[in-house]
Amino acid sequence: MALLSASGVNVVYQPSRGQRISAVRDVDLSLEQGEFVGLVGESGCGKSTLGFALTRMLRPPARLERGQIIFDGVDVSSLDGEELRRRRRNGFALVLQSGMNALNPVRTVGRHFGDILKAHAEPGEKHSAAAVRERGTELLGKVHLDPDVLSRFPHELSGGMRQRVSIALALSLEPQLIVFDEPTTALDVIVQGAVMQTIKELQREHKFTALLISHDLGVVLESTDRVLVMYAGRIVEDQPSRDLLTGPHHPYTEALLSCYGDPRADEVQLGEIPGSPPDLSLSEPGCPFTPRCPLAEEVCHTVDPPLTILGRGRAACHVRAPLVSVESGAAHVR
Amino acid sequence: MRYVLRKVALFVLTVWAAVTLNFALPRLMPGSPVDAALSKLAATGQQITNAQRKAIEIQLGAPHGSLLGQYWDYLKNIAQLKFGRSYSFPTETVAHTIGKALPWTLVLVGATTIFAFIVGTVLGVYAGWRRGTRADSSVTIGATFFAGVPPFWLGLLLLYALAYKLNWFAIKGGYTPGLTPNLSLSFLSDAAQHSVLPALTLAITTLSGWVFGMRNNMINVLGEDYITFAEANGLRTRTIALLYTARNALLPNVTSFGLSLGAVVGGSVLVESVFSYPGLGNLLYIAVTNHDFPLMQALLLVICLSMLVAIFIVDLLYARLDPRVLR
Repeated sequence: MALLSASGVNVVYQPSRGQRISAVRDVDLSLEQGEFVGLVGESGCGKSTLGFALTRMLRPPARLERGQIIFDGVDVSSLDGEELRRRRRNGFALVLQSGMNALNPVRTVGRHFGDILKAHAEPGEKHSAAAVRERGTELLGKVHLDPDVLSRFPHELSGGMRQRVSIALALSLEPQLIVFDEPTTALDVIVQGAVMQTIKELQREHKFTALLISHDLGVVLESTDRVLVMYAGRIVEDQPSRDLLTGPHHPYTEALLSCYGDPRADEVQLGEIPGSPPDLSLSEPGCPFTPRCPLAEEVCHTVDPPLTILGRGRAACHVRAPLVSVESGAAHVR
Repeated sequence: MRYVLRKVALFVLTVWAAVTLNFALPRLMPGSPVDAALSKLAATGQQITNAQRKAIEIQLGAPHGSLLGQYWDYLKNIAQLKFGRSYSFPTETVAHTIGKALPWTLVLVGATTIFAFIVGTVLGVYAGWRRGTRADSSVTIGATFFAGVPPFWLGLLLLYALAYKLNWFAIKGGYTPGLTPNLSLSFLSDAAQHSVLPALTLAITTLSGWVFGMRNNMINVLGEDYITFAEANGLRTRTIALLYTARNALLPNVTSFGLSLGAVVGGSVLVESVFSYPGLGNLLYIAVTNHDFPLMQALLLVICLSMLVAIFIVDLLYARLDPRVLR
């Protein structure tokens, strides 16, 4: 059974005054135990919003409009308050995009560990200063930091160290799922590589399920088992990472891949995707990628393609993954 | 430690600058106390003779000798708290007059400033944490209403309603005339009774500032990533509200609180004069209206120095509250 399965997830941003934006539209996905899954897409495609929805971190004006999220056999989409808070131990954790600012500037790293351990202490469980220190040292060791970081304030650490500390803090919950929301975006390339390396090691060692949200397809392909591609609030492709690079199904994925040059090629040619993503405050019929799609057909303008099984993955495309038409009884096979 | 030394050095330097400015400013102003006294005399229709001018110069202690010599004398006098005699209270030295008024202001304005800060901060934390709810709107609308009320007008209103019409409180003064200030229980309760209306006026009109400041800081801090991360880590709501949000939202307000504590000694000129309260604010009002230069100069020095001391203390305290400044 999947560790997490989400079905029909819809998230809207509804400010008290202003336009309603549906940022995540009818998303179905499942994450298997111990799987490392990537979620890629352009800025504003709803990938972070989806990550926040799965970890129940949406805050007004965003809200989960429809959909069910089953985590470890429990419907967490309806959990609230203390029940939800308790679920965060041995449950789902979140590492933020700007991990740099994820630490309280007036508390030492050690106190951050103490706060989490105390918040989730079972009755009778000890959380003395020495116990916090011991656990903190152990967790910092896992992210390759010295124990003396415990007595430091966030501003005394470098960006990469801060992101490591926030990963260690997330680990202290012993989560079954960690959602990494652009964990390395704010870091320079070298530190980025080192932090990603640590994340991969930890995932292999602790066997937690990881969802890596990133706009960097390169980083995602390098570390994940499976990739979900998001466009305009929908998942348009879902494939094993090793297949995606050589055989993308969705024209959007194809276009994304062409935006990366092969560093070994003699002459690098970078593609670009003409046009811009659709306005998510509108709800227009048809495939959202149609205006930018080189393969668009008649049907693409009117019918929203469902995510259909194709090869070892899924894709939402009338051209590449055509549905069997009921009327004609014939499939458009290419 | 280096931070403390730096702050001490800065403090000494600013105190010296303030004291020197206090010396220089009156000397840069056109006219002199002697001219002012003579023009008062002339206004009564008297002939002004050179002898009269001489007499007044001696009476007021008009400066003679070089500027540097004057400056040296001035520093010596300040070190000994010798500020001369005021024109308004000719029987007392200025130091004595100020010393008598100081406790009244310290207790009245000091206590109400601390009270308003604490209550305003608590209300602001509450409104900010519950932002967008009915509780938040009630607090914010209430604070907006009181922010718009001028203190002297509220003072007059309270005087009219509670003192004049209902006779619950005394109309004016810090204590019943005829009593001699002392620390006996009966005198203190008399003084407390007299201080209710001015304290109420000050507290109500300064409360709103703390409420708004704290509410806005709370809302800013609630948008920080470390609050989101704390929630994702399942910290207790109380920990997030107090140790992560309110604690950090308080920082900018500590500075403003220090400044208002420093301003306490200046008293509240309007409110103290409405209630004829025997504090420094009222004294400053008297000094200005009477062209009482010695009293004015000493008061300005005291106000300035207490502000500097308050800033110095806040600087030291801030380093304990926010480790980032120690960099």
